[in-house]
Amino acid sequence: MSKEREFYWRRLHSLLGIVPVGLFLAQHLVINHFATRGPEAFNNATHFMESLPFKLLLEIFVIYLPLMFHAFYGIYIAFTAKNNPKSFGTLRNYLFIAQRFTGIFLVVFIVWHVFETRFQAAIGAKEVNFNMMAEILSNPWMLGFYIVGVISATFHLANGIWSFLVSWGITQSARSQQIVTYVTLLIFLALSVVGVQALLAFV
Amino acid sequence: MVTATETKKVKFEILRQDTPESEPYFEKFEVNYRPNMNVISALMEIRQNPVNVDGKATTPVTWDMSCLEEVCGACSMVINGRPRQSCSALIDQLTQPIQLAPMKTFPVVRDLQVDRSRMFDSLKKVKAWVPIDGSYDLGEGPRMPERKRQWAYELSKCMTCGVCLEACPNVNSGSNFMGPAPLSQVRLFNAHPTGSMNKDERLNTIMGDGGLANCGNAQNCVVACPKGIPLTTSIAALNRDTTVQMFKDFFGSDHMVD
Repeated sequence: MSKEREFYWRRLHSLLGIVPVGLFLAQHLVINHFATRGPEAFNNATHFMESLPFKLLLEIFVIYLPLMFHAFYGIYIAFTAKNNPKSFGTLRNYLFIAQRFTGIFLVVFIVWHVFETRFQAAIGAKEVNFNMMAEILSNPWMLGFYIVGVISATFHLANGIWSFLVSWGITQSARSQQIVTYVTLLIFLALSVVGVQALLAFV
Repeated sequence: MVTATETKKVKFEILRQDTPESEPYFEKFEVNYRPNMNVISALMEIRQNPVNVDGKATTPVTWDMSCLEEVCGACSMVINGRPRQSCSALIDQLTQPIQLAPMKTFPVVRDLQVDRSRMFDSLKKVKAWVPIDGSYDLGEGPRMPERKRQWAYELSKCMTCGVCLEACPNVNSGSNFMGPAPLSQVRLFNAHPTGSMNKDERLNTIMGDGGLANCGNAQNCVVACPKGIPLTTSIAALNRDTTVQMFKDFFGSDHMVD
């Protein structure tokens, strides 16, 4: 990737993190939440999603390509930083570091998650349904891994919304950035509750 | 009359480096305490009598300085982990042993002395000035509102000291990010009524290699800046300006500088 195009790659990275990847995450967690209403409700919801027309195109252009660009360029961004929390122990500096750590962790988590669910279904080994998730999450280590994965994702999205608003010049003043910090904290908490409740519904 | 009471000592641990390429090492020093001492006056004591804590004669410690009143930016170094000016670092306010290190974001010349050329190169690159030269008298420029001038004065306090670059996690040997200081200067000169006549050029420069997009919003710079310059606000404002500029460049516009 040309260094001269860096500005555009960065802006694209910032945009794709919100649209479509962030929206997809929110939608995914909300659909998962059907699990709290029992196996049947969850299976109906996943079957509806799976029966959407143009499913493969939607998956490729709304999920796989944007997510892969965001992940790979994000790895590059994460490894160009030289973290210095010892010298600057401010909230923003810790969030900056956390954004990079959760990003790297999410690449591992999502690769594993896709392999364990969609890939297994694609090769016909398993079917994506309530039982599949119940089986995976019956292992307490896996449950822990998934809870950390979901919370990493909700954090990365919430904090990503904050930096998106700065990176595109929407929030400029210190006060506007402060207010958005609180708003994104609420988004983080709300999405985390939705995501973790759904996970616990499988146990 | 000499009294038997022991004089108070100030302890130092200084990260030294003999040549730009050689390995850095720590050397400990103790100097006699005087009231109202700052790091520079302590370094001057060491220079007068370059003997380390073990009583061994050594080379005097090298550092950079000029104005001694926190307006030139030359004496910046890392003091107890924080980049700041050594002239305004008062011994009474520092925990001991006082650790001094060079700002390693920049090439180390010797000991605490660094080469800040990259910042001046960046200022040239972004054209951090108001072009007024012509082959004929260009006359007076547009008038600047007084309240805007007062606001711009705050941005003009930047002394290119390098503390914000040292504080920034994204300015390092693995990246060519120019850092917050030159970016804020773009905002300053784009705000100037005459300077703004070239604002698209400056914006296009910071949209290039090593420019604005490298900012990761850790916001250490604004905490570290000794002059209290609103660096993160400047960066966010430039983010907005470049967003607009990006669309103007892509679609074409009749309003390149307004």
